[in-house]
Amino acid sequence: MQNDLSIQNLVKTFGEFKAVDNVSFDVPQGSFFSILGPSGCGKTTILRMVAGFEEPTSGVIAIRGKDMRGVAPNNRPINLVFQHLALFPMMNVADNIAFGLKRRKVPSAEIVRKVEDVLERVGLPGYGQKRINQLSGGQKQRVAIARCLVLSPSALLLDEPLGALDLKLREQMKVELKKLQAKVGTTFIYITHDQSEALVMSDQVAVMNRGKFEQVGAPQELYREPATPFVARFVGDNNAWSGKILERSGDDVTIRTNEGFTFRAQARDACAAGAPADLFLRPEAIRIEPKDRQGLNMMRLSVKAILFDGANSRLLTATPSGQELLVSLPQNRKFDHVRPGQEIEAGWHPESGACFAANPGQTLADLAAQTGEEGVAP
Amino acid sequence: MIRSLPNTRGYAFSYNLFIILYFVFLFAPLAVTCVLAFNNSDFPSLPWQGFSLDWFFADGPSRIGIFHDEENLRSIWTSFETAFCVSILSVIVGTCAAFLFEQEEFPFKGALYFLMLAPLVIPGVILGISILLAANSAGTFVEDATGFDVSFLRPSFWLVVLGQFSFITTFVALVVSARLKKFDRSLEEAALNLGATRLETIWYVTLRFLRPSIIGAGAVAFLMSFENFNTTLFLVGSKPTLPINLYLQVRDGSTPVINAISFLLIVGTSCLALVNLYFNKKEAD
Amino acid sequence: MKSSKAALWLFLTPVLMWLVLMIVLPHIDLLIMSLRGKDELGKPAWTLANYMNFFSEPIYWLTFVRTALYSILTMLITLVIGLPTAFYIAKVGRARFQGFFMILLLLPFWVSELVRVYGWMILLRESGVLNFLLIKAGILNKPIEMLYNDATMIMGLVYTSMLFMVVPLVSVMESLDDSLIEAACDLGASKLVIWRDIVIPHCKPGITSGCIVVFMLSLGNYLTPNLMGGKNSLWFTEQIYNQFIASFNWNQGSAFGFLLLALSSLIIWAGLKITGQKLGETAS
Repeated sequence: MQNDLSIQNLVKTFGEFKAVDNVSFDVPQGSFFSILGPSGCGKTTILRMVAGFEEPTSGVIAIRGKDMRGVAPNNRPINLVFQHLALFPMMNVADNIAFGLKRRKVPSAEIVRKVEDVLERVGLPGYGQKRINQLSGGQKQRVAIARCLVLSPSALLLDEPLGALDLKLREQMKVELKKLQAKVGTTFIYITHDQSEALVMSDQVAVMNRGKFEQVGAPQELYREPATPFVARFVGDNNAWSGKILERSGDDVTIRTNEGFTFRAQARDACAAGAPADLFLRPEAIRIEPKDRQGLNMMRLSVKAILFDGANSRLLTATPSGQELLVSLPQNRKFDHVRPGQEIEAGWHPESGACFAANPGQTLADLAAQTGEEGVAP
Repeated sequence: MIRSLPNTRGYAFSYNLFIILYFVFLFAPLAVTCVLAFNNSDFPSLPWQGFSLDWFFADGPSRIGIFHDEENLRSIWTSFETAFCVSILSVIVGTCAAFLFEQEEFPFKGALYFLMLAPLVIPGVILGISILLAANSAGTFVEDATGFDVSFLRPSFWLVVLGQFSFITTFVALVVSARLKKFDRSLEEAALNLGATRLETIWYVTLRFLRPSIIGAGAVAFLMSFENFNTTLFLVGSKPTLPINLYLQVRDGSTPVINAISFLLIVGTSCLALVNLYFNKKEAD
Repeated sequence: MKSSKAALWLFLTPVLMWLVLMIVLPHIDLLIMSLRGKDELGKPAWTLANYMNFFSEPIYWLTFVRTALYSILTMLITLVIGLPTAFYIAKVGRARFQGFFMILLLLPFWVSELVRVYGWMILLRESGVLNFLLIKAGILNKPIEMLYNDATMIMGLVYTSMLFMVVPLVSVMESLDDSLIEAACDLGASKLVIWRDIVIPHCKPGITSGCIVVFMLSLGNYLTPNLMGGKNSLWFTEQIYNQFIASFNWNQGSAFGFLLLALSSLIIWAGLKITGQKLGETAS
């Protein structure tokens, strides 16, 4: 399959600061590709280089096989949906959408037809004469996308376009965007710091940190098999321990945490016996009072608080030495008896614990700060 | 003390009285001027002799109303021409300056910006004599070099236009800059991204956004030019503008024709001011 | 975003032409002219004589000092009247009327200064409206000349520059959060303390810019002192005018002009230094 966008060894420095550090990736035609990372990781810089607003320090950006070096932003066959949408407030919806067509000197009869057509496609038929400030947040979103789609770009770039919406609308737009992309078949390149947006919509997600790609893969892959501690922390929630590997055979390891637990887990990188390592465990991997304890890592936890949040409810618990752990609380009425202050037994399967060699320059607290979490590591 | 806080009666009363007196002080001279324009008297003073429109429409021989007073009419026309040229020129250059200081980067930008603000703190009289001197030097230089007498470098209509332009442009630049500061530059990037060239972007997006402030600045420039006295005083040639002409008449004694002109000016500028306010309101919406 | 060189030059060229040709060169010319004169043989030469004249003739430097002092006095009076007025418009008067008040405030100043001065003249002179009314009311028995003295001239200057004090004050007071005053009041502060500790410190930028503009306008005013001031209240701009137009002594006039420019720049610089502001902030 042909690649709509192909980026090789892309570097961008601002003075001493390396905003984008040797990034390469390909986006196949018709796919939904997301770049996920905390703010300041360089994802917007990549997008602006693709759009032509920044000049790469080195590296190649090719759109449909054509090198874009020296091509002005107005001559590139890709369009950008801006973070704050950048709809022209002095024009109505139809004029906004027609803007690009007029610049291409498309005959006006055809412009009218195309504008109506694209409004139909994004689900806003008959909205052409409305003023921008008469639209709701979600409608503006769709107009911004329509304004780009009408030019049939090779790829559509989206720079956190849902960031300004409130939570409810954001959830709704996620689904709509995914449906829209499937319908029009245009390649979407989507930038976000919100993991749920990336996971829900994308075919492929690149997790980015400090100018580099940590891992590129399908959402399930990132979630189930994080390649680096950063991905483990950033995609989904995770509990973390620091410890030391006692023994390793194949990918099976035994780790002794600093507070004295001995667990069996899976090694995700080259962490060797005797070396310090970090262990990550998802809240949903921990089972409360499991019936069949065969082969599970068991621990006693005291319940500190119940964090009720519907289907996403958790228990805030603590190990005997005081480390806080989040444990999923399935809402199947089985655990209604759990009260704060109680002690519970909890267990988890060794397959779900991910071990990474500890990075001497980076403690778990640093990592937590980087991924934008409160520091919960010991 | 403020709306939401209670006040003693006496305090509120004296504060209101102060404000009323302030506005009386503000409007007394204008009101008196307007009223006396309609007094049927040969002098702009009381007692009231009855209502008359003589000072607007009379056509001699004892009284000449403003609409038959050729000298004053000519100076009004001159002021219109001057103000028109000045506002066109200063709007063009002022808008360029706003773009230059808000959107471009170049060496010595800070110094040039400081220089642009200088006309705010240079007294108009000084600006007038400096430009008179410079125009004179330039004229002499050209005449020595080529033998031509460049008439607009002598005190004349065009020198007045240039002199007023030199400081009014700063005001235009500040007004347009203030609006341009509020402009979201991602709109320009969006236009580029949709295939517009830089010039198309400025024309279709940025200037459209700036239009209310450009119209407003143009109106301000027009008024400032129309009523300018200090700078014009030194540059005026054989065609005096209205303020200069009025000054000469007021200095040497006065007739109610001046009241009539003042009345027209007050009404005219009020209308222009209201139109300008209306545009500002629209811009704010 | 990188913008093209062409756009830069498109904007830079007219602005440079304006600033260099209309501002920089004329003032250099002014300086040069003020340093030129004739030597003993009557030939053109460089000289400081024009500046020496200024210091040796008391009438010149006395006018200069008086102009400066009266301008400062005008500025202070304007500030004292402007503060409560602006406060009323921004905070006390009904919010509904605020726009109306602003229009009332602005209207007189859209009208030519000459019309305003003329209004005061027919109001105050011996045969003027005020005298007529006072005699009618029996307060005076014969008209008195209220024009052509220093007090009236100062009043005229205050009147002329009022707007430039009140408008910046209103806009800076609008940005003062009402709840700060309410909080101070709640904590037991008196009106005086609220003014001293909350309103005035908050309004400092507005006060600075208002004072600078008013001072500038008074210093450079020609019409008001000329038409409302007496024979003895000569203003320095009139000296400049006399040198240029009456005596046709351009060199002397240039020296005076340069001194006035230096004075106004110095005082503005000092004002900005004392309040720790920049010209750019004050202007906008």
